[in-house]
Amino acid sequence: MSTATSVRPEAPLPAADRPLLEVKDLVVRYGRGRTAAAAPAAVDGVSFSIAPGETVGLVGESGSGKSTIGKAILGLQKVSGGSITYQGRDITSAGASQRRALGGDLRAVFQDPNSSLNPRNTVGSSLAEPLRLRGVNAAEAWQRAGDMLERVGLPREAVDRYPSQFSGGQRQRISVARALICDPSLVVCDEAVSALDLSTQAQVLNLLADLRDERGLGYLFIAHDIAVVQFLAQRVVVLYRGQVMESGPASAVTENPKHPFTQALVAASPVPRPAEQAARRQARESLGVRTGAAATPGPGGCPFRLRCPLATDLCRDERPALRTAGGSDVACHYA
Amino acid sequence: MIPNTAPAPADETTTAAAVLPQTPGQSAAKKFAGSKLFGSPASIAGVIWLAALVAASLTAPLWLPFKTEDQDFTAVLSGPTAAHWLGTDELGRDLLSRIFASAAGTLGTSMITVIVAVGLGTLLAMLAAAAGDRAENVISRVTEIMMSLPGTVIILAVIGAVGTNIPLIMGILGVLISAGIYRVMLGQAKSLQSQLYVDAAKVDGMGMAGISLRHVLPGLTNTIVVQAALIFAVGMLIQAGLAFIGFGPPIPEPSWGGMIQGASQHVYDAPWLMVPTGAVLALTVLAANAIGNALGKAPNATASHLPSAAARRQRAKSVAAIAAAAPAPKDSAKDTLSVRNLSVGVDNGVRLVTDVSFDVEPGTVLGLVGESGCGKTMTALSLLGLLPSGVSVAEGQILWNGTNLAAATEKAMEGIRGREVALISQEPMRALDPMFTVGYQLTAAIRRLRGTGRADAKAEALGLLEKVGIVDAARILKTYPHQISGGMAQRVAIALALSGRPRLLVADEPTTALDVTVQAEILSLLRSLVKDTGMSVVMVTHDLGVVADLCDQVAVMYAGQVVENGRTDSILDNPRHPYTLALLAADPHANHAADMPERLATITGQVPQPKDWPSTCRFASRCQFAGSACTVPVPLLPSGAGDGVVRCVKADELAVVGLDWVATDIPARHVLSLSETRTVEKDHA
Ligand SMILES: Nc1ncnc2c1ncn2[C@@H]1O[C@H](COP(=O)(O)OP(=O)(O)OP(=O)(O)O)[C@@H](O)[C@H]1O
Ligand code: SF4
Ligand code: SF4
Ligand SMILES: [Mg+2]
Repeated sequence: MSTATSVRPEAPLPAADRPLLEVKDLVVRYGRGRTAAAAPAAVDGVSFSIAPGETVGLVGESGSGKSTIGKAILGLQKVSGGSITYQGRDITSAGASQRRALGGDLRAVFQDPNSSLNPRNTVGSSLAEPLRLRGVNAAEAWQRAGDMLERVGLPREAVDRYPSQFSGGQRQRISVARALICDPSLVVCDEAVSALDLSTQAQVLNLLADLRDERGLGYLFIAHDIAVVQFLAQRVVVLYRGQVMESGPASAVTENPKHPFTQALVAASPVPRPAEQAARRQARESLGVRTGAAATPGPGGCPFRLRCPLATDLCRDERPALRTAGGSDVACHYA
Repeated sequence: MIPNTAPAPADETTTAAAVLPQTPGQSAAKKFAGSKLFGSPASIAGVIWLAALVAASLTAPLWLPFKTEDQDFTAVLSGPTAAHWLGTDELGRDLLSRIFASAAGTLGTSMITVIVAVGLGTLLAMLAAAAGDRAENVISRVTEIMMSLPGTVIILAVIGAVGTNIPLIMGILGVLISAGIYRVMLGQAKSLQSQLYVDAAKVDGMGMAGISLRHVLPGLTNTIVVQAALIFAVGMLIQAGLAFIGFGPPIPEPSWGGMIQGASQHVYDAPWLMVPTGAVLALTVLAANAIGNALGKAPNATASHLPSAAARRQRAKSVAAIAAAAPAPKDSAKDTLSVRNLSVGVDNGVRLVTDVSFDVEPGTVLGLVGESGCGKTMTALSLLGLLPSGVSVAEGQILWNGTNLAAATEKAMEGIRGREVALISQEPMRALDPMFTVGYQLTAAIRRLRGTGRADAKAEALGLLEKVGIVDAARILKTYPHQISGGMAQRVAIALALSGRPRLLVADEPTTALDVTVQAEILSLLRSLVKDTGMSVVMVTHDLGVVADLCDQVAVMYAGQVVENGRTDSILDNPRHPYTLALLAADPHANHAADMPERLATITGQVPQPKDWPSTCRFASRCQFAGSACTVPVPLLPSGAGDGVVRCVKADELAVVGLDWVATDIPARHVLSLSETRTVEKDHA
């Protein structure tokens, strides 16, 4: 199946310190039967964990499998291998009723504020839906919907309005309210602020930070923008072609990246200070990372080898395992 | 048997409503349908006719002049008379009474077809959409078989076996038609299933049935109603047709089919007999069709997307007015763009861009930044004469090499577009035609814009692709747009834009849809193109990092105005306008991980709608430094840094005091909710 091995110590943990979420050797292939077996895995042996109250950022290029991992955790995508454990319970292939039994503990905020709320239902009815599914009576659900809207900075009366009557940023707040109304302990945010303008993005990021501090929430924060991730996350996992390249404390990964891909990713993110940006650009160009356009490596070996300036024969023949290097875990033979 | 096979959609809605509190949401689709229903005279007449028919039929015993079985042997097969307004049949029974008394029954049997066909078809479609590929394949195969069955033969066979049991026949007809309905509904059900709110409901643990009833079915109601009206008409016709060839309902009970069957036996000796029933039947079918057509009409089907003749006249007029107002100076430097007091407006008078001025020197890059809704794209499109229909330049000049593009005719613009001024857009795929190879599109553009021959154009195309950094250019020439990645497609789109050797490139968010790694490559490419060819670029972006990387000058736009303009380094390192200050403070890229603040600065509220732009400082409602001095129109004044300008009465004061746009803490939420309550209400009103 997968050759990935997590080298992190795996001593059994006492229940109190056990991670909120644990993803182990996750493999996801799209398609069915023979087509799936032939296709490269969209997620290929990914392992990470999230402690209670912790925010983990998941970054990578488009198509690297970020959303797929989020969907697998949320039960929206069938898993081909590995396991997902939530609060000690195996939810790798949990169905609708088991998910209901989680009691709204695991929730999601999606990217597109336009399609994440049903345009035909009022805001109140969308917010009440998860509560009603858990047997809360209509009057109380409605009450809590109003409370939650106030908490995310919208007027109570918004319960009677339709999503189309709100701006993108306001709709995204409603999505946040919907995710948090069941008092979850973990929220998967898939590009939750990517579609928003700078100032609106800052408002929603602050709101997420406020709610985290207030309620001890954990987030799996999926984004392609490493600066946005860095604002919210304590730890960052970097993906490339469905595999973890580097994972570690946010400051170490973003300030002192060890993996050649992470280095390229960080260097490419432009800063709004012209002189510093000019220096960064030079640094990026001197890295010598090749363009990703034509690079589809065959199976086995390091997935980044066709773009990597340091690649050798070893990189072609052997997939590098995650090993600890300077505070982070890095999957590179030469890091 | 039939009621079991066809759970009526109405029942399903009630079940859905039982799961959750009934809210106004459920009626949204119906309201929509209602407004369309009464939108055309034909459908209004149709609704009135059907309603009158049903009402008349149900109240028949109260007002009809005769009982349906009363026989008047003095008037057999008579035409209309004072006693029998619509005549009588072969037993002397009053046709008027019989037609109206039996209307409800006849309409009812057609409804069986409607309920079975639409109910079953919709159910299958929702099932196929919810249960995954395998189930969909099975259901689709089954419906294909159903559609290939010879319907007439089956119905005649059933009649042969069990006699003319009309409800049963209409039910079977419904089953046969349901395959077609399934076809119509499947695509729509699948797209509803793939919405993110369905994912959200799945995360809640909502089951397949719940999702189908609550999130898919309501989205299908419009189609359901349309199809029902059309099938209703089909049912009526088939019933009549069967009756005409002798398979009408059993005799004693009056029914339209029976009456047509009776009349068909007297076509020669009493042709009138067919007329009243036939006419009522025809009217009913027409009514159902009119209703179906009205409901099925796309909203705004009448509003064309092409510029109307009136809009074109309008543009010609405004162009002429602008040309008359300001004769263009002819002595401008080569390859210089100079936008002077540009205003862009909707034809109804609302301005989207007001009084924008900037210059772009040859070989330099100007960034246009600001939030969405600030008029960046409108400004950019006006440079190419590509404003959407209904929007035009209202005032000002766009001077390119001394020619005022704002006053240029469409014909003149065609000569300039692509050759002198070219566009690259956010969505590279929009510039590329999926039907043709990259090579075909590139060579066609080169031949059109440069007038080169076929062979030369091919070589040029190869060279262009290499110029935009594509390594295996020869292979890419042979591929179709969907076979290449987004970053590659944007390179090809840039190559396409370069094919006419433009001197000015207008780039509207060219890297927003790309990965940062690819963005960095595209920015480097643009930089080297500027350096090598000396062309200039107007770059629309919301990313201040992109501005820092590429732009020499930057114009910050807010609510249709330039609020600050000048050299990139002086503006980004030393912002003078509070809006620029706020954008930088809100940008997480502006901070290193080490000094990342606990909270980012935000700007309360949002950009106001163009119709609500005040005559005072437009940023005042959101500005942390707003004061009484800000309640007047604010002009652009020199900022003191080079030839920079800034539109803020307090710019000097702020520069001296060195104020920061602060990250507002929790109490700001109240401000936020207040200001947003206002905008929400405005939207609502
Ligand atoms: N429904 C699907 N069917 C088949 N392949 C899919 C499907 N969804 C995603 N993929 C493929 O799986 C891989 C991972 O995709 P995924 O959407 O997880 O990437 P991502 O990191 O979220 O990208 P982005 O930043 O563009 O959202 C990609 O190669 C993608 O093409
Ligand atoms: S393993 Fe080799 S190819 Fe992969 S990142 Fe490290 S040096 Fe580069
Ligand atoms: S003029 Fe006043 S309100 Fe407008 S930006 Fe300047 S300080 Fe703010
Ligand atoms: Mg994604």
